[in-house]
Amino acid sequence: MIDVSTFVGPYPFRYVPHPTPDALVRVLDREQLEGAWVGHLPSAFYRDPAPGNAELFGMLRPFSARLKAVPTIRPDWPGCEAALREAKSAGAPAIRAYPVHWGLGPHDQRMRELAIAAGELGMPLVLTVRFEDLRQRHSLDVAGDLSAAAIRSLARAGDSVRLVVTSAGREMIEEVHWGLTPAEQRRVVWDIAWIWGPPEDHLAKLFRTVGGERFVFGSQWPLRLVQAPLANLDLLPDDVRRVSLGRV
Amino acid sequence: MTAPRGAGEAPLAGSAPLIDVHAHFYHAGAGRADWADVNAARFRAGDRIGITSHVASVLGSYGFSSPTYFPSPADVERGNDAMLEIASRDRKRVRMFTTVNPNYTEHALREIDRCTAQGAIGVKLLASRRADDPLLDPIAELAGKQGLPVLHHIWQHRTREWPSQEISDGADLARLARRNPATNFILAHIGGGGDYMHTFHAAAGVPNIYPDLSGSGVDRGMLDAAIAALGARRLLWGCDLTMCTGLAKLRALDTIGIQKADIEDIRWRNAARIFPSNSFERCGAVQ
Repeated sequence: MIDVSTFVGPYPFRYVPHPTPDALVRVLDREQLEGAWVGHLPSAFYRDPAPGNAELFGMLRPFSARLKAVPTIRPDWPGCEAALREAKSAGAPAIRAYPVHWGLGPHDQRMRELAIAAGELGMPLVLTVRFEDLRQRHSLDVAGDLSAAAIRSLARAGDSVRLVVTSAGREMIEEVHWGLTPAEQRRVVWDIAWIWGPPEDHLAKLFRTVGGERFVFGSQWPLRLVQAPLANLDLLPDDVRRVSLGRV
Repeated sequence: MTAPRGAGEAPLAGSAPLIDVHAHFYHAGAGRADWADVNAARFRAGDRIGITSHVASVLGSYGFSSPTYFPSPADVERGNDAMLEIASRDRKRVRMFTTVNPNYTEHALREIDRCTAQGAIGVKLLASRRADDPLLDPIAELAGKQGLPVLHHIWQHRTREWPSQEISDGADLARLARRNPATNFILAHIGGGGDYMHTFHAAAGVPNIYPDLSGSGVDRGMLDAAIAALGARRLLWGCDLTMCTGLAKLRALDTIGIQKADIEDIRWRNAARIFPSNSFERCGAVQ
């Protein structure tokens, strides 16, 4: 199993213990995970993501068998097309974007074009709904959550689009999923990092209604415990305990 | 201590005693059709995790006929009756807090007496009145006299008012706890939203405050910081609304380098110390 939502690097709004690639590899070993897609956490808050991408590839180079760099591509930044091609050449399995942090609205054409272009190169676009619970955010952390409207807009952008949406909860997933055509739904997978387990059993309900194939494993390490989504899978009710997660 | 994934039907968190000090149950007057399913899911997941005892409360009508955090006296009684009924069915597995609204002081005191006589072992305060309000003192005093810990709903570092509750934080609860040193307070859900680091600093010098680990938040570093600031003897394990995060925190405790005895304190011994003696038959005696 691959963790599609991990990062390296510090977080600007609180202390995060040892957010390093070697620590991540130890966590993968301990939790029996095969590998991880890794973003560069500070890059979400940089204006120019290029230096962060360079640092990310450098940090992960010694661990490239297990850790795959997922660079950040900012579609309103000069040279983003070249950055996308470089990401592909460097073997990135996907790219990341943070439209809310860049002030790009839910229907921004540049985001749609990025999603299409990445998809045509066989790279899903990883979106982050939130880094932290709304209730604990720093007073300077004013970006807000990624909206369901933004996700629907990207999912509708074109046939080539593939989205991996991380850190969404049940309500957002349902709002997006049932607001898309079946063909559009197949362009989106969701990680399970922020979905509640028992007793409300949101994950089980989503498996029954949306289908397990629309979900992938993600933890949002190092911000959150990787044990949480694993525990959620372990506590599924019997009727969905054997449901297989989707693939990216 | 905790078992690996896929360990058959053995408890996922091992067979050592485990007390969830922050659980809730629902009832037919709670305004949701699936209330019995949610209760059953808590028992199902509790068995799978290996929870020895659920210490639970019912929060009035959960907003159906009065607000969750401001329950009317009638809803308080109806909820407590429902909780008494659930606890009476399996007292070895389920113990209860008496929920009260401190704006109705006499009613609150009567409810504590009524429910304690029928087996309640603690008092649950919501967010009906700020924690440091003098109106809470008679309730805290009665709880202290009867040896009942008070579980108080907390927002970790309140920076503004939030709708639907009169929210308190660790500093507010610390003022109440200092005024009532003979009463033990459970500071609710450090993972339940807000800045838990503020809470750890606010509660560090107040030894009759015991934060519980419950809540959906699973920030890395939170458990380490709690133990560093307060020590394992001050922390209680719990789930609240998300049992998956409760199991995750147990597994995390196994990985952050603390002693087995400290883990046992958090799992159940601290709870056994602050609740009335012999509240948890299935856990054995505290050393």
